[in-house]
Amino acid sequence: MMRRAFLRASLAVGGGLLLDFSIPGALAKARGAAAGPAALNAFVQISSEGIVTIVSKNPEIGQGIKTMLPMLIAEELDVDWGAVRIEQAMSDPARYGLQFAGGSRATPLNWDALRRVGAAARQMLVSAAAQTWSVPAAECETQSGKVIHARTKRSLSYGSLASKAALIPPPDLAALPLKDPKDFKIIGKSHPGVDSPLIVAGKPLFGIDVTVPGMLYAVFVKSPVFGGNAVSANLDAVKSQPGIRDAFIVPDSGPFNGLASGVAIVANTWWLANKARDQLQVVWEEGATAAQSSEGFAKQALELQAQTPAAKVWSEGDATQALAASAKQLEAAYSYPFIAHATLEPQNCTAHFKDGKVEIWAPTQNPDAGRKIVAKTLGLTDADITIHMIRCGGGFGRRLMNDYMVESAWISREIGAPVKLLWNRPDDVQHDFYRPAGFHFFKAGLDSAGKLQAFKDHFVSFGQDGKAASSADMGANEFPAKFVANLELGMTLMPLGVPTGPLRAPGSNALAFVFQSFIDEIAHAAGQDPLQYRIGLLGERRVVGAFDSGRMIDVLALAGEKSGWGKRTVAKGSGMGVAFYYSHLGYFAEVVHATVGAGGRVTVDKVWVVGDVGSHIINPTSAENQVQGAALDGIGEALAQVITLRSGRVVQSNFDDFPLLRMNQAPPVEVHFLKTDHPPTGLGEPALPPVIPALCNALFAATGVRIRSLPIDPKLLMRPDLPA
Amino acid sequence: MQYTIQVNGKAQSLSADPQMPLLWVLRDVLDLKGTKFGCGRSFCGACTVHLNGVATRSCVTPISAVGSASVTTIEAVASTPTGRAVQNAWLAVDVVQCGYCQAGQIMSASALLAKNPKPNDADIDQAMSGNICRCATYSRIRAAIKQAAGLPTVDSRDRFL
Repeated sequence: MMRRAFLRASLAVGGGLLLDFSIPGALAKARGAAAGPAALNAFVQISSEGIVTIVSKNPEIGQGIKTMLPMLIAEELDVDWGAVRIEQAMSDPARYGLQFAGGSRATPLNWDALRRVGAAARQMLVSAAAQTWSVPAAECETQSGKVIHARTKRSLSYGSLASKAALIPPPDLAALPLKDPKDFKIIGKSHPGVDSPLIVAGKPLFGIDVTVPGMLYAVFVKSPVFGGNAVSANLDAVKSQPGIRDAFIVPDSGPFNGLASGVAIVANTWWLANKARDQLQVVWEEGATAAQSSEGFAKQALELQAQTPAAKVWSEGDATQALAASAKQLEAAYSYPFIAHATLEPQNCTAHFKDGKVEIWAPTQNPDAGRKIVAKTLGLTDADITIHMIRCGGGFGRRLMNDYMVESAWISREIGAPVKLLWNRPDDVQHDFYRPAGFHFFKAGLDSAGKLQAFKDHFVSFGQDGKAASSADMGANEFPAKFVANLELGMTLMPLGVPTGPLRAPGSNALAFVFQSFIDEIAHAAGQDPLQYRIGLLGERRVVGAFDSGRMIDVLALAGEKSGWGKRTVAKGSGMGVAFYYSHLGYFAEVVHATVGAGGRVTVDKVWVVGDVGSHIINPTSAENQVQGAALDGIGEALAQVITLRSGRVVQSNFDDFPLLRMNQAPPVEVHFLKTDHPPTGLGEPALPPVIPALCNALFAATGVRIRSLPIDPKLLMRPDLPA
Repeated sequence: MQYTIQVNGKAQSLSADPQMPLLWVLRDVLDLKGTKFGCGRSFCGACTVHLNGVATRSCVTPISAVGSASVTTIEAVASTPTGRAVQNAWLAVDVVQCGYCQAGQIMSASALLAKNPKPNDADIDQAMSGNICRCATYSRIRAAIKQAAGLPTVDSRDRFL
């Protein structure tokens, strides 16, 4: 039984229609959204002049959500996009339900719910018009912000109906009819980002731009070794520097996502606060993590791989026996490093602690989690904390953590003034929640026809007490699990003192590289075309868990067609590689054409992406942008990115030693969407994972050298026919 | 020290440490927040402004080095026809994802077009590779520059079309 959706309508200030919806968990569940009591919510206001204001409830991090979510409401409301004004919501879970940017979840969670929000408002406006005219509501239509009664050739604008409509009993959300998709006027058409006119004019939109009267500026110097504590510091020397208002030691509050120990320096300008660091000397108690290093973990992983995995992730058949019985055997060790998020806007937050309450202006992907950790750390209640969700200069998962929010609130309380905390770039690179490194030890066995008979992976990862560190896990559905007769996936964990966390397509951004690269090795060992071999592995079209192999077969086939796979003449030193990956409910197959030049230098010439994210591409311009960005993001990771841990601290500090992809390295990315009869799903992440193995597989095709470790080492790719 | 600098066509008098970078003078003294902080070392280009029309990283330009140079920031880029064309092309092509780097990108692009009104892809690579876009909107930045220049937006590097 579906519970009836709760819906409340009331008069807005100025007499407009205000709709406030909560959709109980049962309804959300019935629509295939997240399990549990997930409340979704939207907010529509129509002024008597007909201006439609739609609140966008989720954080904007560059994924285009501030434009896309209101499009869903506006479509069913039946208004012209040009008549819509969009307002960013405050963090207010009681009013709006879930408000976060993560997991490419906004589309699947809101596709149905927010269209119903628009449809409900439309129906109330129709009822108001029908009452005014004393005609049956069924005879009324809507178009471009007007209710029309065709028979009597009458029409009324939404603006003129809004205050009357607000008195109409709200309809049952679940029972509302939605538009036939062929009648969509907004969904499926490209709508440029709603904030873009302000961005290109340099208006202050980002967290770093927030100004509060009386605001001071702060830097926060944390222990270079993760988990270290500040014992003492030359605070008086720091305080004597120009413009410095205060300097003090902050104690450690425990968890990584909360307050770390460090020294806060507060000044009249941020530059002076940051400059005073040159004089700062801190005695740190470094703690146990000082003994950890990337090199040490690599050695430890090599020792552990020889042992039986500590935990079984999944097994089927008898992989050991089948491996022994196979005609051809392969073995390969793969690894990838820690990497950082490096949002271009460094972490920052403005906070004002006053009279036991805190007002916060934060670029955050997960405001309510920030509220809770601020409340816990400062001994406040959730209700004491007001959070403004400010546009983020990039997210990529970094701003799911709110450590900078807690720091800012703490410092504001200590100094009794509003404060803007801003990290410098080394702070940002050296105090991230890193994509965890990982080590995979694969074995495979083929029969004499090249068919994959046995597959094993021993994944040496990070974690403790049988629980993997954040984003360091592997699931039982990791392909080719459940597609090979004999398979064994196992894990062994190494304790880690370094914070890890989700980075765009968490887990998948690393697992795609190792699995899709090793599958490429298998295809070559079988003497078969790597694309056709993958289609063969996927086998008969079927659904395994949430994964529909037929959808993947189709994107692979189309990627082959669009890229001219197997039909192109590829020059010496060049190669094409393919990979596929299913993540965040999206099916992606990608082909890379790459060339290796003198010194093993890699040029990515082109990327073809084919994605199936369901029946509609809600905002095509934004969708293409996301997919191109995700593919290039993956290429950037593969070409150059590594965070090295030495003596418990991060070696890299800025964009010279942690390079991001640049214009001259960015290939054209051709994007195709295969529309299928499934509900639309998200696009922030799933295009990233397959590009990395597709690139490495292209390099193998170009040189015969298999890249088994990231970032790609050009020295391995040196061509004998070219100078070094 | 007292300084008078020319910013967006106006003389601005202020007191600052001679080493204070122009970036922080613009942002926190003159309250022009459009110019962004990314790295502090001229690696990322988010802080790009024009000094006498030349794209310059304001994060490593001390206020004492500005002298009488004419400083133009994103807030005034539309005051030249080239700057306005770049801004309009950015909107028409829908370049922006997070948007944080785009002020710097637009400043580098408008400096390029002022000097070289019909740049080819190699020119664009050379002028723009000092500006990082973490969202990697590079294809659209390239297209928008060409659109602002009145050139076809096709990527000449793409040999596979």
